Amino acid sequence: MKVSLSWLKEWVEVTLAPQALASRLTLAGFEVESCEPAAADFSGVVVAALLEAVPHPQADKLRVCRVDVGDGQILQIVCGAANARAGLKVALAQVGASLPGGMVIKAAALRGVESQGMLCSARELGMAQTSDGILELPADAPLGVDLRTYLDLNDTIIDVSIYPNRGDAMSVQGLSREVSALLRQPSRRPAWQPVSTTSAVTHGLKVLAPKAAPRVLTRVVEGIDNTRATPVWMQERLRRSGLRSISPVVDITNYVMLELGQPLHAYDLRQLDGAMQVRMAHTGESLQLLDGRQIALASDELVIADSSKAIGLAGVMGGMGSSMTTDTSTVLLEVAYFAPSAIAGRARRHGLQTDASQRFERGVDPQGQLLAMERATQLLIVLCGGAAGPITAAVDEGVDAPRASLVLRRSQLTRLLGVSFADDEVAQALQALQMGVESLPEGWRVAPPSWRFDLAIEPDLIEEVARVIGLDRITEVPARFPQRFGKRPESLVDERVVLDTLVVRGYQEAINYAFCDPVIQQRLLPELQSVKLANPIAANLGVMRLSLWPGLLQAALDNQRRQQDRVRLFELGSVFLREGTVVSEPRRVAGIALGLRVPEQWADKAEDVGFHDVKADLEALISLSNASQDFVFDSKSLACLHPGRSAAVYRDGVCIGHLGELHPELVKQMGFVGAPVLFELDLIAATRQTVVRAAQVSRFPQVRRDLSVTLPRETPLSALQTRVRVAAGTLLRELRCFDVYQGQGIESGRKSIAFGLILQDNDKTLTDEDADRLVAAVADDLRLNLDARLRE
Amino acid sequence: MDSLPALVERALAEVASSGDLAHLDEVRVRWLGKKGQLTEQLKSLGSLSAADRPAAGQRINEAKQQVQEALTARQSSLEVDALAAQLAQGTLDVSLRGRGEQSGGLHPVTRARLRIERLFGDIGFTVAQGPEIEDDFHNFTALNVPADHPARAMHDTFYIEPGHAGEGALLRTHTSPVQIRALRAGKPPLAVIAPGRVYRVDSDATHTPMFHQVEGLMVDTDVSFAQLKSVLHGFMEAFFERDLAMRLRPSYFPFTEPSAEVDISCVECGGKGCRLCKQTGWIEVLGCGMVHPQVLASCDVDPERYTGYAFGMGIDRLAMLRYGVNDLRLFFENDLRFLRQFRGG
Repeated sequence: MKVSLSWLKEWVEVTLAPQALASRLTLAGFEVESCEPAAADFSGVVVAALLEAVPHPQADKLRVCRVDVGDGQILQIVCGAANARAGLKVALAQVGASLPGGMVIKAAALRGVESQGMLCSARELGMAQTSDGILELPADAPLGVDLRTYLDLNDTIIDVSIYPNRGDAMSVQGLSREVSALLRQPSRRPAWQPVSTTSAVTHGLKVLAPKAAPRVLTRVVEGIDNTRATPVWMQERLRRSGLRSISPVVDITNYVMLELGQPLHAYDLRQLDGAMQVRMAHTGESLQLLDGRQIALASDELVIADSSKAIGLAGVMGGMGSSMTTDTSTVLLEVAYFAPSAIAGRARRHGLQTDASQRFERGVDPQGQLLAMERATQLLIVLCGGAAGPITAAVDEGVDAPRASLVLRRSQLTRLLGVSFADDEVAQALQALQMGVESLPEGWRVAPPSWRFDLAIEPDLIEEVARVIGLDRITEVPARFPQRFGKRPESLVDERVVLDTLVVRGYQEAINYAFCDPVIQQRLLPELQSVKLANPIAANLGVMRLSLWPGLLQAALDNQRRQQDRVRLFELGSVFLREGTVVSEPRRVAGIALGLRVPEQWADKAEDVGFHDVKADLEALISLSNASQDFVFDSKSLACLHPGRSAAVYRDGVCIGHLGELHPELVKQMGFVGAPVLFELDLIAATRQTVVRAAQVSRFPQVRRDLSVTLPRETPLSALQTRVRVAAGTLLRELRCFDVYQGQGIESGRKSIAFGLILQDNDKTLTDEDADRLVAAVADDLRLNLDARLRE
Repeated sequence: MDSLPALVERALAEVASSGDLAHLDEVRVRWLGKKGQLTEQLKSLGSLSAADRPAAGQRINEAKQQVQEALTARQSSLEVDALAAQLAQGTLDVSLRGRGEQSGGLHPVTRARLRIERLFGDIGFTVAQGPEIEDDFHNFTALNVPADHPARAMHDTFYIEPGHAGEGALLRTHTSPVQIRALRAGKPPLAVIAPGRVYRVDSDATHTPMFHQVEGLMVDTDVSFAQLKSVLHGFMEAFFERDLAMRLRPSYFPFTEPSAEVDISCVECGGKGCRLCKQTGWIEVLGCGMVHPQVLASCDVDPERYTGYAFGMGIDRLAMLRYGVNDLRLFFENDLRFLRQFRGG
């Protein structure tokens, strides 16, 4: 909220310089986001009258003006503004004037015509970002007066950010109360002319939703003149609060809202059909708002209506039909207290956020309506003339019921803040905020003022005390925390180890958004249901990821586009799986490799990364389980992978991940230069360990026997490993495959596999005969079960 | 016939001039072999008188020994030369890079997160986690943010398509729901941090729709604001490894009371004022407060018996400050040229 400091000073003595005030407010919870002069630095600019403006003889766009500054002398000024016309009051930078940015005005000839100064626009004076032509001052502006004085420009605008619980501070009055408490200066209210009712005219009022609108005041003002200009002082204050001047009546309602924090609305009485009603909207009812939009109303929305139609969305925005026009002569002013719950969220529903809705949904002072009505009437009569009628009021009795006071315990204050303050200091802090304070043996009984409805419980008061006294007064105290051991399941591998395993293998960690492109995801994993976002930020970020691959593929593509010829990225994070409406978020670890298998270098042949390179990375991960032998790689994998170069990974019969080259079709479609190799594992399933029970290490020598067999080409090595383990039994310590060959010298349709058996007994030295017998048994088993033939 | 000293002199000269091991062996055979010239000298002893024989024999043997020693010395010298020549052949360029893979690296946000986890772990905080698809209750209601509360406008929430998850499901807008889960799962005393991803409908130069927060919560019988200040100040100084000034500004969060925003002295300029701190000397780093009694009560913790503090901070923001990253979006573009600056653990 932007506030002019000179306006604020009408309400409270400000004893600090603007910057110091800003800092004090910031440290009390009213963050001042900016603190700027109302106009940039300039001097020597005065009010002048434009007597004549004739075309420049040498230039189409320039005019030669004669200007009176009131000292008897008539100056000649050349001006380029389209609105320079005779009769206008203008801002004249005289010779010697200094303008923002340091420009000094000198007498000069413009295309051969003498110019003795410059007529200024609002932008040139640093009063606006843009302006259309020169500044037009009111007709009654006094000639020769310094513009800074005339417009009260030696003012500062502070922009204060107000938290949602402090709607009471969204006004000059409200903020002045804070300043009063912080600077310990008394609050004051400017003296206003009292309103005398000179008309007896009233208008019917029926409040049909008294809980939502516990207090509604209306007043008819007849015979106003809405064609008058809003006075410049009011225009300036509105401008400094970020509002534009619209018409006198609208300006007055805005002004009173800014000043007192109470929104109010003015209706053109001619447009009302019968008594004013305040009621819930009917289903199917619609309303054309002031901004021209037609909205459909819901039955939980409060409206202002006449006997036939809604004429305003209560607390949010008025309707088009009954709005002020220049020929409006009779105004119906409406000032209400709406319950925050009746307004909250309604504006947002229609994509609106208005000054009124911001205040009503945060809450306005339930006692503030009469003052606002009187202030608006008083301004209206002064500025637009007219005769005010008596106030019509509809009040739900609950709204004036006395509020329960709160008890603040000294012990609780000390306990929560961890510091104790002197009793006097506490009481004074609360009193400074205009709370009623009464001493009790255990502390204080506190009666908050009507506008501080945010104060509902004891900690609210503790916060107020801390805020006013200053959080810097709370000294730091280290906590004493009981020593307790945490749960550290050894079966779960530390995340750090997983990360480091991939880092040392050359992968760089990526972090992708958890939502991804539904089209790409569908192409990769057509069988799975994804969780869709109702309001995605973009269509290509519309679904939650089912896998880390969509993100990694995109990241790899982006890096390919950035001329990175070798990509190794991994990610560790949740994916979102859905069965009906049940969503699970398993953690996955996944990687992608693209380009050379090792960084380009002098020693090794430049080869592209392949299935088995990445399989080694995946094996490094599953070896963290200390149970690599429990994992099975099945060649039937996902359809998005190359059918001959991919695998599904199983542990104990459960599929826990996939690995493989991206399907050539997708490689082409997505625009990869080479084929990326991907892997993904369920983090816990892949790395979970059983705590080790160490076995005895044999003291007897081990024996190695090598075997070479041919097998049908389609038989996987895993089948051979399984049979060998079965046939060799407990003496087999290790099985090493050291050669795989197919081609010349091997019967077509078959491949040759050579492997070594490391044999050892725990109880005795194995004899050659023992080993030979075992190897023969293995060979027999392989022949029988896998159609293996022994090679010589 | 030459005299013995002359023979020795010739033999030694030949030893000295032999250039390789093969030639040296020829010299050995010529002088000390079975028919070598010095060996032959012994045969001449027979012609001497018995009285002269021992002395002459000794002279010859001494001569042989002298030559033998020269041969041995020459041999080892030649062997050393040969080895040196062989080694020179096999010399490598040690400046060439090592073969094979090179280390990758962790994402800077992960680095920062692990650092935060470890620092809080040191003082007894454990890590808690919660789902990223949350329900309205945990994300808002239990945190004292009822429907239509203006504070909801502070969080532009991503909602899940109806029928795709439980009713009112949303992407958590902060890590605070983990407070609720931790409080409902365990009994005080409790000290947890909850790092994780959070989501808001926001995307511009300084906002990404997904970012990282870490929530902290401590609940015990007498947890105070003074302790909160102490732990946060200690953490900031530990994280940035330097002395920092800290200030608190009262703030508003529906789930804490009192609430505050925390500023630290600018890590770039030390508080003098620079572009990073917009000339204020201060950098806002987190929000915090004392857990609202309503929140404790909604988790079946008696607010009369227990008090607690909570804080939430942006991990990305801390990582930006720590590593001098000036654009949040860099964290999510996964540009290897950016990421490779963070190699190793």
